[in-house]
Amino acid sequence: MTADLAPGKSERPNGPRRPRKNATHSSTSLRSIARAYVGRVRGGELGALPAVLGLIVLCAFFSVLRPVFLSDLNFANLLTQGAGSIAIAMGLVFVLLLGEIDLSAGYASGVCAAVLAILLTDHGWPWYGAVGAAILTGTVIGLLLGGLVAKVGIPSFVVTLAAFLGFQGIVLMLLKEGTNISIQDDTILAVANNNLSPALGWVLLALSVAGYAAIQLRRNRNRARRGLTTAPPALLAIRIGSLAVLGAAAVQVLNQERSRNIIVDSLKGVPIVVPVIVVLLVVSTFVLQRTSFGLHFYAVGGNAEAARRAGINVAGIRIAAFVICSSLAAVGGIIAASRGNSVDPNTGGSNVLLLAVGAAVIGGTSLFGGRGRAVDAVLGGMVVAVIQNGMGLMGYSSGVKYAVTGSVLLVAAGVDALSRRRSALR
Amino acid sequence: MTATATPIVQLRGIDKSFGPVQVLHDVSFDIRPGEVTALVGDNGAGKSTLVKCIGGIHPIDGGAYLFEDEQVHVHSPRDAAALGVEIVYQDLALCDNLDIVQNMFLGREKRRGLVLDDATMEEMAAKTLDGLSVRTVTSIRQQVASLSGGQRQTVAIAKAVLWNSKVVILDEPTAALGVAQTAQVLELVRRLADNGIAVVLISHNMNDVFAVSDRIAALYLGRMAAQVKASDVTYSQVVELITSGRSGDLGLATANGVTL
Ligand SMILES: Nc1ncnc2c1ncn2[C@@H]1O[C@H](COP(=O)(O)OP(=O)(O)OP(=O)(O)O)[C@@H](O)[C@H]1O
Ligand SMILES: [Mg+2]
Repeated sequence: MTADLAPGKSERPNGPRRPRKNATHSSTSLRSIARAYVGRVRGGELGALPAVLGLIVLCAFFSVLRPVFLSDLNFANLLTQGAGSIAIAMGLVFVLLLGEIDLSAGYASGVCAAVLAILLTDHGWPWYGAVGAAILTGTVIGLLLGGLVAKVGIPSFVVTLAAFLGFQGIVLMLLKEGTNISIQDDTILAVANNNLSPALGWVLLALSVAGYAAIQLRRNRNRARRGLTTAPPALLAIRIGSLAVLGAAAVQVLNQERSRNIIVDSLKGVPIVVPVIVVLLVVSTFVLQRTSFGLHFYAVGGNAEAARRAGINVAGIRIAAFVICSSLAAVGGIIAASRGNSVDPNTGGSNVLLLAVGAAVIGGTSLFGGRGRAVDAVLGGMVVAVIQNGMGLMGYSSGVKYAVTGSVLLVAAGVDALSRRRSALR
Repeated sequence: MTATATPIVQLRGIDKSFGPVQVLHDVSFDIRPGEVTALVGDNGAGKSTLVKCIGGIHPIDGGAYLFEDEQVHVHSPRDAAALGVEIVYQDLALCDNLDIVQNMFLGREKRRGLVLDDATMEEMAAKTLDGLSVRTVTSIRQQVASLSGGQRQTVAIAKAVLWNSKVVILDEPTAALGVAQTAQVLELVRRLADNGIAVVLISHNMNDVFAVSDRIAALYLGRMAAQVKASDVTYSQVVELITSGRSGDLGLATANGVTL
């Protein structure tokens, strides 16, 4: 394709002037892909680069200062610590893509967690009923917020700031002025506290890698057959290989015995939240990258007027973003309830929202709309979790942790603003 | 140019008011396939308004809209698109954060079941750009943000012809372009007409108008002063039509808008 439309201009005096239509099913070379990537980074499109580099630097830093940071137990802790805010951050990506914000996502997760706890503990609902009701609560919250933003036209900042306070009050009312409700349901508790059996961990990894490879190879073959540019085999091998290697390393580490006292109970395997997050990631990525519904989030975030003239239902997309955000916040609330073994007025409160917004932005989602991916929430969420976890190990107080996390968010937002200016200057 | 084709779009006696202000008075306008019809007129003459009526953005108050000799009612951009009428607006309305293919198919994506059919869209986009002999973009998977003004204009035009459109209307496509890029876009406009499309070009630049158009329609204060063959008039006659609504025996006879 690139070749088909290459300029027949002065910069290529000897180049073919006619389009070489379908004559060469060139697979773009690895070199040119690397060059294009460097060009994009220079042009201000940093993508996942800051988050990945940050993750490497932070991990190196903490493991030198506190070797226990690298322990099997701590690695598992990191994942379960980060899972709740990763789910909320993934929902926020949809809202941020439109250039909107949802400041109430944290307390929305609290409301949904409270609904879950009350139905489970006070009313004896089965876990699936309570989970369904909690997620439905999130959906209704999203409909309300999205309607106020898209139909009434109140800025999302104001709508969700009001909801931030309102939901905090609703949690207090639901929990009868601050009592906490403990959760006894085994299934819900298992989400953040139990692990897959080591064998199941390997099986799921093998299935994921095989599935990923199949999709990539099929897509490439399909494009080659139609004479379109394809990714070079080396790039495919790198992608699939790194997923396999990193996944295998993680499963291997997580399958080690990490119980301090094996006689009392054994603790090994991939935490159940990990496949939960992976499913959310795969579904969100599919929706955003492979469906026209997902593409319309980018269109509305990039140029709402153009989207409107193209016949896209802009208000509908806005409402959908808030619905998805609040529904994923509900999932985050369920994970938090599981991890805490209970729900109290602080569930979803204090720094939960800041961490989730931070996760999305650190991961590379723009606050200005039009740029972001579901995986940003995971990468950024891991950065945030590493900071929280590492600083905890170093014995810093919550105060310091908050201040540092806040600063990291500001730095990420600064990088976002600067890279946007840079691409505008081109 | 060629033997006169029958008009594909015929407007007869179009009136259009915004509240108390009547912007179009009894306008008749023909658009012919295979020809470039230039629509000229001073600022505020009603060119954009007329075009938006054709494109279904503004409803018309009175008069007839005939498409292929049949009266049609166009109430929305979708109705116009269904007839094969596409408009390239002056502000282009492209999404900077999407690539060329995504922009060309925006709102009308090809799908296979649930999934975007990227391969088909890429093929169609490449074929369209090829058909327009566009070879100035390096990759059709390039973000629109990285394109020059002329390339963006080209993408907007390609987006309009992608759908086998029969009528393509361009509102001041060269207003913001440099000399070389203007020439490129004009060449493209000419090629569209040569491919049998009915093209309307709005422009304030008489050089551009005479360079590519077969017919010239001059609006004066919301009235159609004259619609003539470009070869039958001179430069200064067109300027006169634009500035005073008449030139010799061409144009509006009296202030109440009765043409000779
Ligand atoms: N939506 C609207 N509401 C009220 N008046 C309008 C509207 N759109 C256009 N007008 C008026 O209609 C008249 C014609 O405007 P129009 O935009 O059609 O002119 P034009 O010929 O395209 O001018 P230009 O060359 O400056 O683009 C102007 O007086 C303008 O103020
Ligand atoms: Mg105008």
